[in-house]
Amino acid sequence: MSDIQDRLDRLELPFDSEGLDPFGISKKHLKVAFTAFSALYQRYFKVHNHGLSNVPARGRAMLVGNHSGGIAIDGGLVIASMFFELDPPRLVQSMVEKFLHRLPMASVWAARCGQFTGLPEHAVRLLEDERLLLVFPEGARGTAKLFKERYSLVDFGTGFMRQALQTKTPIIPFGCVGGGDAMPTVANLYKLGQLVGAPYIPVTSYLLPVPKPARFDICYGKPLLFEGTGAEDDDVVIGYVDQVKASIAALIEQGRRERGELAAGEAA
Amino acid sequence: MKVLIPGAAGALARQVATRLAAQGHQVIGLDARPWSDVPKGVDFHQVDVRKRAAEEVFRRKKPQVVVHMATVNALSADTSDERYRINLGGTRAVFEHCAAYGVEHVIFVGRHSFYGAGPDTPLYHTEDEPPQALAAFPELADLVSADLFAANALWRYPKMTTSVLRMVYTLGQSGQGTLARFMRGKRVPKILGFDPLFHFLHEEDAVSAIVAAVEKRPKGVFNVAGPQPLPLTTIAKLAHRQVVPLPEMLVAGLLGRAGLPNLPVGAIEHIKYPIVVDSRRFREATGFQHRLDEITTVRAYAEAFPGRA
Repeated sequence: MSDIQDRLDRLELPFDSEGLDPFGISKKHLKVAFTAFSALYQRYFKVHNHGLSNVPARGRAMLVGNHSGGIAIDGGLVIASMFFELDPPRLVQSMVEKFLHRLPMASVWAARCGQFTGLPEHAVRLLEDERLLLVFPEGARGTAKLFKERYSLVDFGTGFMRQALQTKTPIIPFGCVGGGDAMPTVANLYKLGQLVGAPYIPVTSYLLPVPKPARFDICYGKPLLFEGTGAEDDDVVIGYVDQVKASIAALIEQGRRERGELAAGEAA
Repeated sequence: MKVLIPGAAGALARQVATRLAAQGHQVIGLDARPWSDVPKGVDFHQVDVRKRAAEEVFRRKKPQVVVHMATVNALSADTSDERYRINLGGTRAVFEHCAAYGVEHVIFVGRHSFYGAGPDTPLYHTEDEPPQALAAFPELADLVSADLFAANALWRYPKMTTSVLRMVYTLGQSGQGTLARFMRGKRVPKILGFDPLFHFLHEEDAVSAIVAAVEKRPKGVFNVAGPQPLPLTTIAKLAHRQVVPLPEMLVAGLLGRAGLPNLPVGAIEHIKYPIVVDSRRFREATGFQHRLDEITTVRAYAEAFPGRA
């Protein structure tokens, strides 16, 4: 517990005397969230991080990776990794789905913990403020992957690349493996999701949309810096996005090797 | 300088008039409402800005600068018709008189609620953004129109310098203003499961910002803010108010009763979602800096208004 307080105190964010930063990020809320998360991160799941040194200690950067299945547990684990493993710790701010901020409670907790709606305005402003951003270019289509699709990548959005170009931000690609085991989805209920204001409700082989304890392997790659202004033609931007996608695919493969799912020389 | 202030009897406008007069400017005030203890150096005329007598003041006094503060929000005007006439009719009259009688610089003092609140709106709005989520809060439409009407004076009257200020809420000694009134009671309602950031500055700093605009004559549209915003619950805690979390459905029915403030139903979006603005452009253009931080500002307000039971 004192470790969490110590890490909170070492976060390099401009908190005022009430423990609030200019975006409304609250130390008090972070403490509760990370305390709850530390049990999940350290006991419930077994998270193996590889290549953490690729994440810069300070300054703007964009973590870009895949969803490995079910719900966005991978996002939570990346946030926890950067807080519990980096020195000094860093607060990851992810660009979350719009529906989260329509829900009571979820809206407050997401906002006070710095997890804002994925708007280009937010991304650019946070990067210009030298923050560490987390983007899943697959979006909700990524978490909707079924168990059998867990190692695949669906279409990437291109918005993140334009914002990275515009703000001259290095992209740190990562591949996450394990979400498929934690939450083996066999189907997604889209109609039911609409009723509660979520994109869909996942159905697992054991019915409940709750993740099981599982091992996660997250591999971080070397930073990629693309030269440009963000006003390039779509073909150019899509070319850059494909490079990021290819590095993520390679990092997923590396993750599978770390787990012994693939032999050293074997391709996926 | 000779400065004319339509809406001079308003809580913030009185302070602007007083400060400008104290700094040696020649100040003329206009308002349909009375102002009994007008300070020395302020020449006050109790006339409605939309009436002929007001035009006569423009004609005879020939002000160089006009600070238009005669707009009202849904809290202070009785009916939407009345609000519409004051905000749009009044703003139109002010700009027409300014153009006709050779005013060099006109400042429209507007509100940051121009941008609207909603789950999809970004934090830190810039001046280039359009108003959003208006459909949810039609009571705001006349203020948004007045803001846009004022801004198009930038191209309609190119010889005149126009400054449109979109100011955040103010808290201070007067106890007036949207947020200040919302916080006046001992109990402050909150929508269950939501806790938006509120962006505000101390009245004293708000006056300094308007005075800076008078002196520096920045041309264009500017957000005006002071210190960082705070969540509603933090403001309430600092002001020793009791927060009453209520389900959204219930709030609509209870507004104006049970000790809760009287707000239009559309305003509920504004107590669910934040409106926070980026004021960098104004600070660069005028050199304005706020003096009081967010915590001191709330504490000073709470001292002046301990909250009635």
